[in-house]
Amino acid sequence: MLADVPMVFILIGITAYTVLSGADFGAGLWTLIPFGGRAGAAATRDHTRHSIGPVWEANHVWLIFVLTVAWTCYPVAFGSIVSTLAVPLLIAAIGIIFRGTAYALRGVLDAGSGRGVSQVFALSSVLTPFALATVVGAIATGRVPVGNARGNVLTSWLNPVSVMAGVLAVAFSGYLAAVYLAADARRLSERALVRDFRLRALLAGAVAGALALVGLVVVRFSAAALWHGLTSGAGLALVVISGVAGSGTLVLVFWSRFELARVSAALAVAAVVAGWAAAQEPYLLPGLTVRAAAAGRATLIATIIGVAVGAAVLVPSLALLYTLVLRGRLDPVVTAAPSVAAGAAASVAAGAAAAGGRGPAARERAAWAGAAVSLVGGVGLLIFAGPAWALGIGALLLVACAVTVFALTAVPEEEP
Amino acid sequence: MQALSLAVHIPLVCFGIAFPALVLFAEWRYLRTGDPLYRTLARRWSKIMLALFAVGVVTGTILSFELGLLWPVWMQDFGNVFGLGFTLEGFSFFVEAIFIGIYVYGWDRLRPRLHFLSGLPIALAGITGSFFVISVNAWMNHPGGFALRGGRAVDAHPWSALFGNSFFWAEYVHMYFAGYIVCGFVMAGAYAWAFLRGRRGRYERTALGISLSAAAVASPLQVVVGDWAARDVAVDQPVKLAAMEGLAQTTRGAAEHLLGWYNGHAVVWGIEIPRLLALLAFHNPNATVKGLSIVPLADQPPVNVVRFAFQAMVGIGTLLALLGLVFLYVRVRRRALPSLRLFYWAVLAAGPLSVVALIAGWITTEVGRQPWIVYDVMRVDAAVTGAHVIPVSYGALWLVYLLLAGAVVWLLRRFSRVPLPVSGDDHAG
Repeated sequence: MLADVPMVFILIGITAYTVLSGADFGAGLWTLIPFGGRAGAAATRDHTRHSIGPVWEANHVWLIFVLTVAWTCYPVAFGSIVSTLAVPLLIAAIGIIFRGTAYALRGVLDAGSGRGVSQVFALSSVLTPFALATVVGAIATGRVPVGNARGNVLTSWLNPVSVMAGVLAVAFSGYLAAVYLAADARRLSERALVRDFRLRALLAGAVAGALALVGLVVVRFSAAALWHGLTSGAGLALVVISGVAGSGTLVLVFWSRFELARVSAALAVAAVVAGWAAAQEPYLLPGLTVRAAAAGRATLIATIIGVAVGAAVLVPSLALLYTLVLRGRLDPVVTAAPSVAAGAAASVAAGAAAAGGRGPAARERAAWAGAAVSLVGGVGLLIFAGPAWALGIGALLLVACAVTVFALTAVPEEEP
Repeated sequence: MQALSLAVHIPLVCFGIAFPALVLFAEWRYLRTGDPLYRTLARRWSKIMLALFAVGVVTGTILSFELGLLWPVWMQDFGNVFGLGFTLEGFSFFVEAIFIGIYVYGWDRLRPRLHFLSGLPIALAGITGSFFVISVNAWMNHPGGFALRGGRAVDAHPWSALFGNSFFWAEYVHMYFAGYIVCGFVMAGAYAWAFLRGRRGRYERTALGISLSAAAVASPLQVVVGDWAARDVAVDQPVKLAAMEGLAQTTRGAAEHLLGWYNGHAVVWGIEIPRLLALLAFHNPNATVKGLSIVPLADQPPVNVVRFAFQAMVGIGTLLALLGLVFLYVRVRRRALPSLRLFYWAVLAAGPLSVVALIAGWITTEVGRQPWIVYDVMRVDAAVTGAHVIPVSYGALWLVYLLLAGAVVWLLRRFSRVPLPVSGDDHAG
């Protein structure tokens, strides 16, 4: 039981990464083919860029989360997977570097500069989900034996199921992105963009659905075990849920109910991930069950506590981010900054000026004295003290000294 | 390959530790004084912060890939002990990514106080994130908290292994100060360049004052922290200390050598200072310092690499500390920025030098650990992957990082060329 909990974390992480980052990758796909709509190509690119700007880094961290939990809790499986699948993972890694850098460049520079950068961004947005999905395909079809690089370097991930998974991942991310971008465009009242992305969502959704059906056929004929898992018991139920949610999303998009469509699209992905897990259960890799792969009890408990504490911080933070995004609080500003800000600043300034009247020179002298004392104390403790707590106090005193002196010297004196 | 990626990632980490605090300081000044100059400054810096963070995110992702790609056996046998540090670090990363998005995109949308508050988690997460990662490194240098059975860690106690580690705290504080030194000097270097080119407006003076103060305060104190860290090394990793100093035989009241070359038996052509090493390492001129010969030759790290890196770090660190003291002296006595041109050339040089010192320090600790990946427990060659694609990918990665470095430089140049908004109007920022 304990051994399965981190696996649930991993599956949640994979789902979140697919739903959230998948949409960001898909946005890159749409910058590759921005034309054909009513809105101009430049407007389309701008829209995708602004839409993913505040969230893509947070979304990306889900991948890191999955990796860290995987190697902490299932170290043997992790070592086997990454050593056999080094090639696709390296491709994904390079794609991630290019995408992140290209985005940093584009996001900071004003629109319109750097066409080449745009193309790099778009291409790496296609490459990365493809490569990552082939990894999933390889694990799902049992092509990763336990051990250090024991699987085939190429056929482990270049096989019908893996390639199918890769193509499906790209199509699906394009679909998700179109749904999200349509919703964002509606919030910004960009009617031409809403129309474009609604159409793109419908098209991409149809393509993704068709590919999913083809994918099932491929699984039927080339991965018997996986097929059996997906067509019986919980696996079957989840596949059906995914199918219903997926087609439901299409209907919702057709009716332009984009916010609901976001939810049902996420549900469809979650069902696929859970279905994959159900189909493989209880095996993680061939001959290696999840339980056998799990790390020791103390490690599992520590990770679960760590994740629980982390989640307590993370969930409200994420909620805040997405609330701000969905309410349009982080959208680019069209009008000038509100005068409320200026008023508030002025009142703060007035307060500060009043506070500053109480003998700044005396306070400054006191601060220097404090800095000197903490310097002497910190240096003395660090050099001569033995016990750990004394060293800790010494370090704290040094930090205090640094902060005080910094506060005293950082602001240049104003010339009269 | 990991070394390459780390060398790229570490300077970015410094910005992750120190930059948010500087940005927030500027914004706090704005809130206190209502002076729009500070707002402009914070706003421009926050964009640089976002770009550097984005690059930091991707290089960090690559590192976590590489940990698995290159050291599967290490992960396999010891992942249960130290993985927790990375999991927790993942959450710090999350928080940083979430709030950096809110902070940078919320400049015009959130009320000033609220906006300032949204920046605080970034600074906090930068601190905790490095905290967790360094706890893993400290564990590699001074492993504990597990039992070894059949070459594999069992019965792991990750909490005590990572955070109850006596080696950890000195290393962490050392890294934390280094973050401020590197971030401060690199940024001050950029503004010093502007000064030398004659741009000495109020904006440049303020920016230089803040960034240089941070570095100048941190660098002299780093000497003390470094001494602390070195004593931990002397106790826990005598072989590393011996390699840092090129000490072949265990010696009572050992001498310190500046510069020179280790020829396999002793340091030649160096400047010898009697008893100094013993004094530094144990605060006792008659203390006995262990030499390299306490372990067989196969277990000794490459002495000259470690020694040279260590001396480079200490040498540069001392120069930076002096520069910092000069700045503080002038700043406090004359209540102004130094006027000497030479000073600004020195600051300009200090930026890249501080990065060199950082990397040299990291080489000292990591190469000094060789041939162990987990000190005294697992050797590097036992941990490495059996995959054969590594040389190819190594080349590919070099190419990618060169492109990345080029992109960052180009980006920062673009930044510096964006014309300053007229005072009071910050919409272009």
